[in-house]
Amino acid sequence: MRPEHPPEFPLAVHDLTVAYHRKPVLWDVELNIPEGTLTGIVGPNGAGKSTLLKACLDLIPKTSGEALIYGKPYEEQRDLIAYVPQRESVDWDFPVSALDVVAMGTYRKLGWFKRIGRTQKKQALEALEQVGIGHFANRQISQLSGGQQQRVFLARALVQDAEIYFMDEPFAAVDAATEQAIIELLQSLNARGKTVLCVHHDLATVSRYFDHLVLLNMRVVASGPTSETFTRENLQKTYGGKLNLLDDVAQALKNVGRHSSP
Amino acid sequence: MTWELLRDTLFLEYHNTRLVVLGVAALGATAGLVGSFLLLRKQSLLGDALSHATLPGIGIAFAVMTAMGFSGKSLPGLLLGATVTGLLGVLLVLVIRRTTRLKDDAAMGIVLSVFFGLGVAILKMVEKIPGVSAAGLDSFIQGSTALMTESDAILIAVVLAVTTIVTILILKELTLLCFDANFAATQGWPVLALDITLMALVTAVTVVGLQAVGLILVIALLITPPTAARFWTNRLGPMLFLSAIIGAISGWLGASISALYSNLPAGAIIVITAAVIFLISMIFGTTRGVLPRYLRHLQLQKKVGRQHLLRATYEILENSQETAPLKNLPIAMGLLRKHRFWAKGELSKVIRQARAEDHIERRPSGELRLSESGFGEASRITRNHRLWELYLITHADIAPSHVDRDADMVEHLLGAEIVHQLEAELDLSKPTIESPHAIEPT
Repeated sequence: MRPEHPPEFPLAVHDLTVAYHRKPVLWDVELNIPEGTLTGIVGPNGAGKSTLLKACLDLIPKTSGEALIYGKPYEEQRDLIAYVPQRESVDWDFPVSALDVVAMGTYRKLGWFKRIGRTQKKQALEALEQVGIGHFANRQISQLSGGQQQRVFLARALVQDAEIYFMDEPFAAVDAATEQAIIELLQSLNARGKTVLCVHHDLATVSRYFDHLVLLNMRVVASGPTSETFTRENLQKTYGGKLNLLDDVAQALKNVGRHSSP
Repeated sequence: MTWELLRDTLFLEYHNTRLVVLGVAALGATAGLVGSFLLLRKQSLLGDALSHATLPGIGIAFAVMTAMGFSGKSLPGLLLGATVTGLLGVLLVLVIRRTTRLKDDAAMGIVLSVFFGLGVAILKMVEKIPGVSAAGLDSFIQGSTALMTESDAILIAVVLAVTTIVTILILKELTLLCFDANFAATQGWPVLALDITLMALVTAVTVVGLQAVGLILVIALLITPPTAARFWTNRLGPMLFLSAIIGAISGWLGASISALYSNLPAGAIIVITAAVIFLISMIFGTTRGVLPRYLRHLQLQKKVGRQHLLRATYEILENSQETAPLKNLPIAMGLLRKHRFWAKGELSKVIRQARAEDHIERRPSGELRLSESGFGEASRITRNHRLWELYLITHADIAPSHVDRDADMVEHLLGAEIVHQLEAELDLSKPTIESPHAIEPT
């Protein structure tokens, strides 16, 4: 056990480096995510945000370093984590219904060879109702809107009844109503003591949505409570040089003052 | 050749063809089942590379068995050889994919053609071995049921039975793998092992299918049935079932016909049968077929035209009467023509439809009058239209002068449930609603 990463942290990343085709995407990442936070992971395109999540979940090989879930490697802690991948990562033309997809969240507990039964269907339906689309349970997934598809993914994570939620851009390209529903859901998870990690793109909503923040651009620029981390200086360090993003940053900075005052 | 002969073969009346026909039908069913997952995993091309890479193995196995003094044409030996080089081909694709930046299709194209070329060369060489006859080996390229013996059919049946049982056993796991492999991995499912199992199942079907269908066409037997089945359903279970049935029918017909005409290659007939079923499915498939989709589109258009007519009539009645309640009076055609834009011939067409549906009647004077049911329908449609307009104005911030066009398209899709929601949202439940904008004739 490393003293700088005590086991009470739901996620502790030590010295993590990830490279694709020998080109590093993440450099020496050091992170501690405190329990019960709603953490946003923010940074420009290509900053390695999704890669960070995937490396922690052993989906891509780490060049060096480790990620610990409550002090233990991920493969010992799978039951504690629910993962919501990016919506575009799957083929929504696949011949399954919304309920079928959500029921996939129960497969791990079900184990090999067993088919889903009444209990699993009930759990899946409850989760769909929780995200507000219970009436679409039997729809084929291609007949759902983007926002509804994202809600299906969230419901699949809810069914897993995890402690830590890894979400890869749940707000990307969804309608305003879905965005609101998702953030309320995340906040209610948070209120029940769950830890939520969320890759996020929209700087304008950062200070409203997240109480903890990781600013990432290949390395960790800053990490800590949003009120301390979401500063002009840190944003310039994260987004600096990316001229097309300056407008975004300027807009976000206006909001810093607006939301940080109690 | 008579019809009786064909019929008797199809219905398995002859002992010497019965096993072969049954065996190939079973092959088709298993191929349809396993092929569905190959398709959903988007690895069809890998299956093609696999089947082409079996050819060198067949030639090498023949040479080795002959050299060891056995019969060079023992089916188990030949299929073992086919399996070895087939898997070698797949492995090579995976290695190229891993170590270079070549795209998948390039890697598979290279492996497929190189192995096939190698196979053709090896077959030519073993033909030159003195004292043995390699005749018939090339039937593995195009497929032939003529040389299939009873013991061959039994071997094939056993392999197919095992393949089917394994596939059904891990249906849930394969589905998860094909839909979302990353999610499966985070859940602790051994994605690599599942992928290898799927490949092993595909290999088993391919290898036992070589003799009957031939290595060039076996991929079609794996891919055509599931793509055809997809046109009929949106659910995986029915799709798998249908795909297996389509595969079985293709195999059954193909093997029967080629058993009668020994010069017709079985593989070609099987694949042609499957293709015909595919074509029928593509046109008539109830879920995604071209024709049902076109009919649904026509139906919607018809509904839209009818609703436009009824609403136009209702609005004319409203404009011409000062006092409520609205009376259902006859109106002149000319008024309707002026009230909104109709494409050439559209107005008389929708009037004909509305008359057929008893929504509108023509008076002897030439004027039009809504029937009782048409009047009710017109008032409902107009109300929905205005509900939607009000919703757009209050909630979507669209200017009153623009809502008419937006509402025009959406109103036809409003179901009872949405109408209730709109009423609740707008706090409106009175039976008639005034238009939020002036209605002027165009």
